[in-house]
Amino acid sequence: MRILVAMSGGVDSSVVAARLVDEGHEVIGATLQLYDSRESTKKGACCAGRDIHDARRVADRLGIPHYVIDAERRFHDSVIGTFADAYAAGETPVPCVACNQGVKFTDLLGMARDLGVDAMATGHYVRRVDGPDGVEMHRPVDAGRDQSWFLFATTRDQLDFLRFPLGDMPDKAAVRAEAERFGLAVAGKPDSQDLCFVTDGSYAGLVEKLRPDVTGAGEIVDRSGHVVGQHEGVTRYTVGQSKRLGNAAMQHGERQMVVGIEPASKRVVIGPRAQAVARTLMLRNMNWLVPPPGPEGLRCAVQIRAREAARPATVWQAPDNGARVELDEGAVPAPGQACVMYDGTRVLGGGFIRRVDAVQAGSEGKAAS
Amino acid sequence: MNTRRDSFSYLDANASEPVRPEALAAMVAAADVVGNPASVHRAGRAARAVLETAREGLAALFGVMAENCVLTSGGTEANVLAITGQAHGRRVLVGASEHDAVRAAARAQVVPVGRDGVLDTGALERMLAADGGTPALVCVMLANNETGVINPVRDIAALCHAHGALVHVDAVQAAGRIPFTMDGLGADSIAISGHKFGGPKGAGALLLAGARFHAITPLLAGGGQEQGRRGGTPALPAIAGMTAAATVAVADMAQQATRLAALRDRIEAAAVAAGAQVCGADAPRLANTSSLLLSGRRAQTQLIALDMAGCCVSAGSACSSGKVTRSHVLDAMGFGEDAGCAIRVSLPWSVTQAQVDGFIAAYTAMAGRLPAVQAGAA
Repeated sequence: MRILVAMSGGVDSSVVAARLVDEGHEVIGATLQLYDSRESTKKGACCAGRDIHDARRVADRLGIPHYVIDAERRFHDSVIGTFADAYAAGETPVPCVACNQGVKFTDLLGMARDLGVDAMATGHYVRRVDGPDGVEMHRPVDAGRDQSWFLFATTRDQLDFLRFPLGDMPDKAAVRAEAERFGLAVAGKPDSQDLCFVTDGSYAGLVEKLRPDVTGAGEIVDRSGHVVGQHEGVTRYTVGQSKRLGNAAMQHGERQMVVGIEPASKRVVIGPRAQAVARTLMLRNMNWLVPPPGPEGLRCAVQIRAREAARPATVWQAPDNGARVELDEGAVPAPGQACVMYDGTRVLGGGFIRRVDAVQAGSEGKAAS
Repeated sequence: MNTRRDSFSYLDANASEPVRPEALAAMVAAADVVGNPASVHRAGRAARAVLETAREGLAALFGVMAENCVLTSGGTEANVLAITGQAHGRRVLVGASEHDAVRAAARAQVVPVGRDGVLDTGALERMLAADGGTPALVCVMLANNETGVINPVRDIAALCHAHGALVHVDAVQAAGRIPFTMDGLGADSIAISGHKFGGPKGAGALLLAGARFHAITPLLAGGGQEQGRRGGTPALPAIAGMTAAATVAVADMAQQATRLAALRDRIEAAAVAAGAQVCGADAPRLANTSSLLLSGRRAQTQLIALDMAGCCVSAGSACSSGKVTRSHVLDAMGFGEDAGCAIRVSLPWSVTQAQVDGFIAAYTAMAGRLPAVQAGAA
């Protein structure tokens, strides 16, 4: 097969390329340049200048062609821009989902198809399984590196064209051992950390630079609107967070957490955990990897944060490509985050959690507690 | 990956011409010379003889005095030396389609080019007269690297001199491909680069006008080599190879121009039949260069598709990361979004009929297969 490998310059995608070459495929390497690396000094993040260099050297070592794809403008508009907009709308976005879905699985994958290759492979930790009713996405063998939550928006058509050779690897040590075996200089390279495009360690600072309208200090208020403290900017808060509340962290002897963010008035609303808890979640931008559920709903497990266990729930379709999720037990959903449905290891679909007015969320919270 | 010369179609001469055998022989001979040209002993004298013979040969080809041929590491250094070494408080005016070597060298005022890629001399005249007529240094390329479009440098130089301006000519793509001399152009300085006419990478020259020693401020003072205009031990093998290549290139120029133009015309006819337009086709051009634009199809994808089919061409200018950027040359010519949709085909001295046939087949197949990108997808 002729396969295009998305190479970040890290150990994972380098091993993917090496394995495919080893298996006798005709491999073409491609690295996305997502931003001007000259402005970046951050180490351990993907696709900076050093990483492009590393990807090229791995390709040289493997004897495969390698291309650097300019995706700066598209990345800036579709990932960084929407990331900042989401914060400005009081949500906590997942930019990696937007990047996978847009720059990687739409643009790069589209280019791979235009070039007439047979498949595109990446170093993501997720399994692609040919099931009885077509292609399926599953959690990887190494649960500690599971990236299925970040890939829920992959369409069936994209999944059909994609390959994830690392989904079966038992752990990272095995991947590094493979890299050693293939003589790749990146075998000992550290894993990437956090958001690749945040170079100075503060995504809040980046958001405030891009959306100065949401910059600045504001009030921390309780449910009834009483001012209980001050904050340095709404972009530093996520629903469910209990850090950065200062003296407001305890009210009436009860530990407080963020239960809502109101960017227009620059207010952070806090309350006891019970007020943040919800049993009903409304989702938007649904992607279904199985036929959408009928009126009886779909029993499944849903995962509402990147690093959290899935919890039992029932899911129904909602208008405008939305969904309604009823959790068996209440949880603290953060608007803008993904809610991904699973049946065992299999990804069934997912969407983004809608922002609801803090007062409404409160009434549901009471019902749940 | 097989990178033997005969296994693929190398059609990227404007990036680098294949080394000519005469140049390789001269390099090997010069590499075996022991001494440093600056040394006083016999080994030094032998090295100096090789250096000065190469300098005299090169200078004669372009009609300049040997002592006004400053040997450099290549075209970029020659261009930067010309600007930095001669500007001295003058305004710097550069054409909008100039190479980055020139554009990045100075905080310059940009002289527009027309849709055909030729410098807008009307605009130049207005700019020369503006600012109270403060003396200027005008940088203009003889032939463009992306389109091959040739500027009327003689007329431009006359205009500049009438306004008291100096004229530096970037002739990196023209040298060895079209005939010119310093006096014929009426220029004050000319930059050339050895590997653009079949010499090795790593040697170039800044040619300076005048019947007497022409002083300029050095970029590298160093040990005062090149009569104080460029410090550092000269790269003797590369310089010897450069002169050998230039000698052959100039001798074969007329014959090659006819041969390459016929091949170029075949490529352009086939490209147009496949839906392309030829940028700068209405202007006088080099015989070896075509800028082929397929509207709505990213140059990057075109390059990869052609590379996969064994054809080496280029687009825009490759930055150090290797990503393909939009062409500032085609931007300046008014192509808008389509400035990111053209590839450059530049035929080397060694190109064969079979390589051209291979390219035409690959290009036609690529143009028929690649769909136009969706509006908005960058």
